[in-house]
Amino acid sequence: MNSILIIVFAPLLASIIAGLGGRWMGHTAAKVLTTAALFLACGLSWPIFLSFIAGTGEASVTPVLTWVQSGNMTFDWALRVDTLTAVMLVVITSVSALVHLYSWGYMEEDPDQSRFFAYLSLFTFAMLMLVTADNLVQMFFGWEGVGLASYLLIGFWYKKPSANAAAIKAFVVNRVGDLGFMLGIFGTFLVFQTTSIPEILEMAPAMQGSTITFMGARWDTMTILCLLLFVGAMGKSAQLGLHTWLPDAMEGPTPVSALIHAATMVTAGVFMVCRLSPMFETSPTALAVVTIVGAATCLFAATIGTTQWDIKRVIAYSTCSQLGYMFFAAGVGAYGAAMFHLFTHAFFKALLFLGAGAVIHAMHHEQDMRYYGGLRKRIPITFAAMLIGTLAITGLGIYDLHVGFAGFWSKDAILEVSYAAGGHGTGAFWVGAFAALLTSFYSWRLMFLTFWGKPRWIESEHIQHSVHKTPEEAGADTTGGYHPHESPWTMLVPLGVLSLGALFAGQVFSGSFLDSASFWNGAIAYNEHLMHAMHEVPKWVKYSALVAMLVGLFFAWLAYIRRTDLPRQVAQQLGPIYDFVYNKWYFDELYNLLFVKPAFWLGRVLWKKGDEGTIDRFGPNGVAWVVERGSVLAKSVQSGYLTSYALIMLLGLVAVITWVLF
Amino acid sequence: MIGIEHYVVVSSILFVLGVLGIFLNRKNIIVILMAIELILLSVNLNLVAFSAYLNDLTGQVFAMFVLTVAAAEAAIGLAILVTYFRSRGTIAVDDVNRMKG
Repeated sequence: MNSILIIVFAPLLASIIAGLGGRWMGHTAAKVLTTAALFLACGLSWPIFLSFIAGTGEASVTPVLTWVQSGNMTFDWALRVDTLTAVMLVVITSVSALVHLYSWGYMEEDPDQSRFFAYLSLFTFAMLMLVTADNLVQMFFGWEGVGLASYLLIGFWYKKPSANAAAIKAFVVNRVGDLGFMLGIFGTFLVFQTTSIPEILEMAPAMQGSTITFMGARWDTMTILCLLLFVGAMGKSAQLGLHTWLPDAMEGPTPVSALIHAATMVTAGVFMVCRLSPMFETSPTALAVVTIVGAATCLFAATIGTTQWDIKRVIAYSTCSQLGYMFFAAGVGAYGAAMFHLFTHAFFKALLFLGAGAVIHAMHHEQDMRYYGGLRKRIPITFAAMLIGTLAITGLGIYDLHVGFAGFWSKDAILEVSYAAGGHGTGAFWVGAFAALLTSFYSWRLMFLTFWGKPRWIESEHIQHSVHKTPEEAGADTTGGYHPHESPWTMLVPLGVLSLGALFAGQVFSGSFLDSASFWNGAIAYNEHLMHAMHEVPKWVKYSALVAMLVGLFFAWLAYIRRTDLPRQVAQQLGPIYDFVYNKWYFDELYNLLFVKPAFWLGRVLWKKGDEGTIDRFGPNGVAWVVERGSVLAKSVQSGYLTSYALIMLLGLVAVITWVLF
Repeated sequence: MIGIEHYVVVSSILFVLGVLGIFLNRKNIIVILMAIELILLSVNLNLVAFSAYLNDLTGQVFAMFVLTVAAAEAAIGLAILVTYFRSRGTIAVDDVNRMKG
């Protein structure tokens, strides 16, 4: 029995059993089953990953089932394991297993726990199918599977209208990206006559320079294919333009945000670009687009992150921004650096999200940071975990000493490599460095607002509800007498494990990910020259990330600890600019105006004029109207007066006689 | 000289009066019964007149039958009317519309 089969199908099996039998076997059994399946998968994934690190791993394909054979189109269910897959396997199964465990505590009081755990395991299965795909169609299956699981989990609390709206939004926005992905798959099949990824990658260089007709114009074949596929990646990875669903997805339970909307699903786009990297390498135009979109998202999301008040939304925009880093790293050709950032980001971002979940848990489901403050001493373990996560995401580390948190290694690598790449890369470097400053600012702002300063808890409705006091009654005691409680061990253990990841994942694995062509072993396009040039960049480039981090930290300290009135003054000074950023660049409003309103208008026209006005009016309603009017007429003949009956009889008699005689 | 035409005209007038008496009548049901009698009488007049005119006694025999039937019909009609009045308290035509659909 091949271990990859167990890794992929154990979560599916657990999900089916827990989902269908949850009511019968109870919450505890469902929780134990799914969590055990995930820890099993995790335990089997690490040896595979470590064998690739050690250089003993062999890329393999495990066939499972024949799927489609139609003419010259054939594709099967098959599980591909190579370095890239192995990296994703450990990320997915580790974070997923920890999130399962964490949910024991977080979802303790929820009446639908078995459904929740079944969805989580289903998601994990779909994600594993995505990363082990050997052909584009199976990848698309996983792609849609994770989309479905994401929809189900965002809308898990289906009684909340906002959660339903967010779930639908995520599904619809992803559909736009999926259309691009599907067109990309169709186009790829059209050009290469196969959906098998290795075959496509082998043939791709030969197609360079050929042209294809698309939407009535001639295009460079590889450019158009890569761009279409990249649209799919943009949708899934919430890149600028298709990002609007990600912040709203925070309506789901926090463990879901950590697993799906930070560590795994949203990185599927980055994974896909890396998986198809030899294909993207054939089109400089497509790579330039990837770089520009990535850098733009990186900056744009970071600016919004600095103004949001909801703790989960800040982290969501931070995720969006970090995904931008990954894309522009891929865009300049450093797929290893992109995957490395994906790897480290999964640990520290899951840590931050789970930490935020622990804070929310402690603060009686309050998510607004304005009502936090002073939590450092109340929930010290959560604080320590969040501190490590923040140090990791802001990238604290010193180049010359070769020490640093996970984010330092990967973010620094991305900045260096984009500087070394030149061209679009130089622009991306400056954008990335500035975004690193913003990252540091919003991350520390989150920390300072939550854990430092005086408690402002009594302002929160949730806390008021909990302690049965109004702010006036509480008076000078701004805690309102509320006691935040540290989370149960099921939630603290995942925080501890992820903290280890955030501390050491960068240090331990940077050599393999960044400098070792033999580690990747052809799983991605590895540009040896570029990865070498990365180390030759000037010293100031190497230290730029650290400087950006310290500057951001200083400003955050100044604004949120030293002079707490400063943020309001700055917001007032900047006026329209602040409003613009605070309202998320008005993307939602713009889309509302451009797409949602016209769609509603069209729907209403078809509904009112088309369906009700035409089909119903002349169809069922028309027939009913005729019958009704007819029976009213018939009724009026039956007056009940003898005399009128007599008259009718007479007239009838006359008519019959006339008929017979003449 | 009174000819067959005069009889036919009179009986037609009586018949039409009877018919109109049924459905122009808005008063009470006794008038309807009287109108029916009127129709039957007009028929009788016709039968007798043609019997004399054609020298055929059959018509007069028929007239006797009609009278008998008319008497029975009047008796039954009045009996129904009396019971109806007892139960409903009115015999005004406008109020007798329980058969309305």
